[in-house]
Amino acid sequence: MTDLPQFHAAKWDEPVVMEMGRPGGRGQHFPAPEAEVSEAVGADLIPAAMARKDRPELPEITEFEAQRHYLHLSQMTLGMMGISLFGTCTMKYNSKTAEFATLRPELAEVHPYQHPETLQGVLEIMHDFDGILRSLSGMDQFVFQAGGGANAAYTMACVARAYWQDRGKLGERTEMVTSIQAHPCNPATAAAAGFKVVNLPLEENGYPSLDALKAAVSERTALIMLNNPDDMGIYNPEIKEWVKAAKEVGALCFYDHANFNGVMGKLSARELGFDACMFMLHKTFGAPKAGGGPAVGAFGCSDELAPYLPTPVVVKSGDGYALDDDRPKSMGKIREFWGNVPQVVKAYAWARAMGAEGIDLASDISVVANNYMDKRLSEIEGLARSNPGVSAHRMEMTRWSLEPIAQETGVGTVDFANRMADYGIDPWWMSHEPWIVAEPFTPEAGELWSKEDIDMWIDVVAKICEEARSDPEMVKTAPHNQAIAQVKGDAFEDPSKWAMTWRAWKRKSGEADTARGAA
Amino acid sequence: MKRPLKIGLIVNPNAGLGGAVGLKGTDGPDIVAQALARGAVAQAGPRVRRAMARLAARVPGAALVTVPGALGAEWVEGLDLATEVRALPQVTGTARDTWQAVMAMADCDLIVFGGGDGTARDVAGRVPSGTGILGVPCGVKMHSGVFAISPEAAGALLADLLEGQGPVDWDDAAEVMDIDEDALRAGRIAPRLYEQARTPKAGSRIQASKGGPRKDWGAELMGAAAEVVQQMEEGTVYVIGPGTSAGAVMRAAGHAPTVLGTDAMLNGAVVARDATARQLEDVSAGHPVKIVLGVTGQQGFLLGRGNQQIGPALIRRAGRGGLIVLGTEDKIAALAQPRLWVDTGDPDLDAEISGFVRVRTGYRREMMMRIAAS
Repeated sequence: MTDLPQFHAAKWDEPVVMEMGRPGGRGQHFPAPEAEVSEAVGADLIPAAMARKDRPELPEITEFEAQRHYLHLSQMTLGMMGISLFGTCTMKYNSKTAEFATLRPELAEVHPYQHPETLQGVLEIMHDFDGILRSLSGMDQFVFQAGGGANAAYTMACVARAYWQDRGKLGERTEMVTSIQAHPCNPATAAAAGFKVVNLPLEENGYPSLDALKAAVSERTALIMLNNPDDMGIYNPEIKEWVKAAKEVGALCFYDHANFNGVMGKLSARELGFDACMFMLHKTFGAPKAGGGPAVGAFGCSDELAPYLPTPVVVKSGDGYALDDDRPKSMGKIREFWGNVPQVVKAYAWARAMGAEGIDLASDISVVANNYMDKRLSEIEGLARSNPGVSAHRMEMTRWSLEPIAQETGVGTVDFANRMADYGIDPWWMSHEPWIVAEPFTPEAGELWSKEDIDMWIDVVAKICEEARSDPEMVKTAPHNQAIAQVKGDAFEDPSKWAMTWRAWKRKSGEADTARGAA
Repeated sequence: MKRPLKIGLIVNPNAGLGGAVGLKGTDGPDIVAQALARGAVAQAGPRVRRAMARLAARVPGAALVTVPGALGAEWVEGLDLATEVRALPQVTGTARDTWQAVMAMADCDLIVFGGGDGTARDVAGRVPSGTGILGVPCGVKMHSGVFAISPEAAGALLADLLEGQGPVDWDDAAEVMDIDEDALRAGRIAPRLYEQARTPKAGSRIQASKGGPRKDWGAELMGAAAEVVQQMEEGTVYVIGPGTSAGAVMRAAGHAPTVLGTDAMLNGAVVARDATARQLEDVSAGHPVKIVLGVTGQQGFLLGRGNQQIGPALIRRAGRGGLIVLGTEDKIAALAQPRLWVDTGDPDLDAEISGFVRVRTGYRREMMMRIAAS
């Protein structure tokens, strides 16, 4: 076994930044402008209507103190640079080269309200990246407006709604059919768009049966939304028949490519018969993630659905590029403007750096790495692979269960996740709901991590299995080597307790300006 | 400060005896004797001790009420717990011991028992209303929703409760199920809902990183039930089968369900309560019929287990299209196989209703499930 890290996080007991400093503390002291300068520019540079009347409530600390404080805070996190085999998320390194490209003034200092003539470079990248995604999917047009995967799924639901409305059949086409192991955003967004949700359970093969699909679809079906492979990591080889069965009743077919990593370069959604698909640039294409923040769900569809896309669409126009807003059948907007453009640029940089062969190879590596993990995990007593009767190799991830060791020791998947952090390893991803496998965890190695990293991760899991047997209480009370121990979750379910801003904290805690404690 | 939770402990020392020697259960003294003759070794006591050892390690000196000997006290001896032992009038070696012990603990807030489904029935049937029960899994059959996943998990849950550590959720309608052992030995699974009990559940402790808050399954069920009520047709008789899930339809319509029996509704009103097969035939005569059903936990029985009052004639009139099935996604996910089973007593009818049915899992949310003949 590898030597496991002897790790302990830093623990700084200091107040939140709003409580730090002293009156008059400041970052920099700027000299007053010389008389000639004041005279030249005038005294009232800020129009009276725009000038604030009161002083902003900011901490009065020095630049040095601010940096020290945030360094301390960063030391109390795992830093997102550790070994994080976080399944269903396809964790990838976000290259500094791509980051640097987005900091260039040609991108950082432009605004979507500028005239498109002055935005040709950015539009060219959007257009060319659209072309790259077309070649990976066979679709005819991509848009980047959606701020994440769920947002792209919602785009599909809205496009389907516009499509059926245009045909005068929205009143009849009221249902969306999906699998219980498709990403939960598929049923959620379809429901938000007004569709009734019909789920299919997994059957003996580890994916839903074609019979169940055929029983579910009818002239009431507006669309089907699927992942393949889903989170069990099993590829559904009947997918063409699935699409055919849906098409026979006239339903639209959407391929949620959240789990694209294991099949990228290997298949085309369009060739399988799908009408539309979605890629997550913040996972598969190496751009950074952020919880509900600057992510991108790239949504692509066939020419038949393209009139219903959200606007604007980036199009080639003569020698240049333009924004096409004149699309009368469009479903409207999913978000404002064109999407999180820096993310598109980073994904474009990733795709250009990888090339078609590199993308193909990366998917091979991700599948090999996962099957290596499967083999080693299966040698640890107390773990059980889901669908043990299915002999097909898993794709880029596999759903596992701690049920045997949980039965034996009472130590479950949440306890394991907490304990992993004690070794400086990011807690694992368990499962989307509902948990159809008891005490689940879902590792995904991807193409990033070395064999040494993957071995380290597995060794930590094996070590925690030993600890669960020898000292279950220690595992159940983990983490012990972190800045904070277990967090009581109740506050997250009570809006009167949580606070995202200092102002909200003061209001909700009923404290005056002298409030102490963390928000 | 709130009064600390008062915990009682009862062990059924015979629980689980039948399992290791292939007897499928240990209900009744004859089977106990048979199991012992086959060389079975009692497991319940040592398993309860594992649970209590975990409690003592987490909360040293925790207070516990129990009864003498193998029914409780023997298994906590030497552990760091403040045990109060209450005498029993007479020890018989039968279920009567459990009943007496429950009565001796009438002042407890939570009764922890070591046993299986049979013990769960004995305890749940006699606890005062409002008293919780929690099973340390020791039996052969454990289909009831009142068991912790392991002895250690039971101990940890008790420690969480005593320390006021969250999150612990209380379920006021956990289903206490049991299977007819004679039928099981004959190769038939016949689960039945006997009681509803209050039980603590280990809360999620899920990180909110990506999963978000856990679903409120009770709310999902009420959403599904409300939709059924919205869609009810004038002039159609709705037969409401036993169980919490089917009963939710009665609740959504503003009625209290029988839960352990079958009710019927017509035009929004209750026209039969805890009805027999004959009464159901009578109230539905001359009307179209739809049958509202839940699914038995783990086995997935739809018809023919615990709802025999819904007879073949009635089922045939409703047809597969007239079955309205409710079950939340967590319950469907927990089924041993992705199937719903029917055993109406009429093989032709079983074949007719085999096929796919849409289980209502929430408001405007359904799951396609395959019905098969058992």
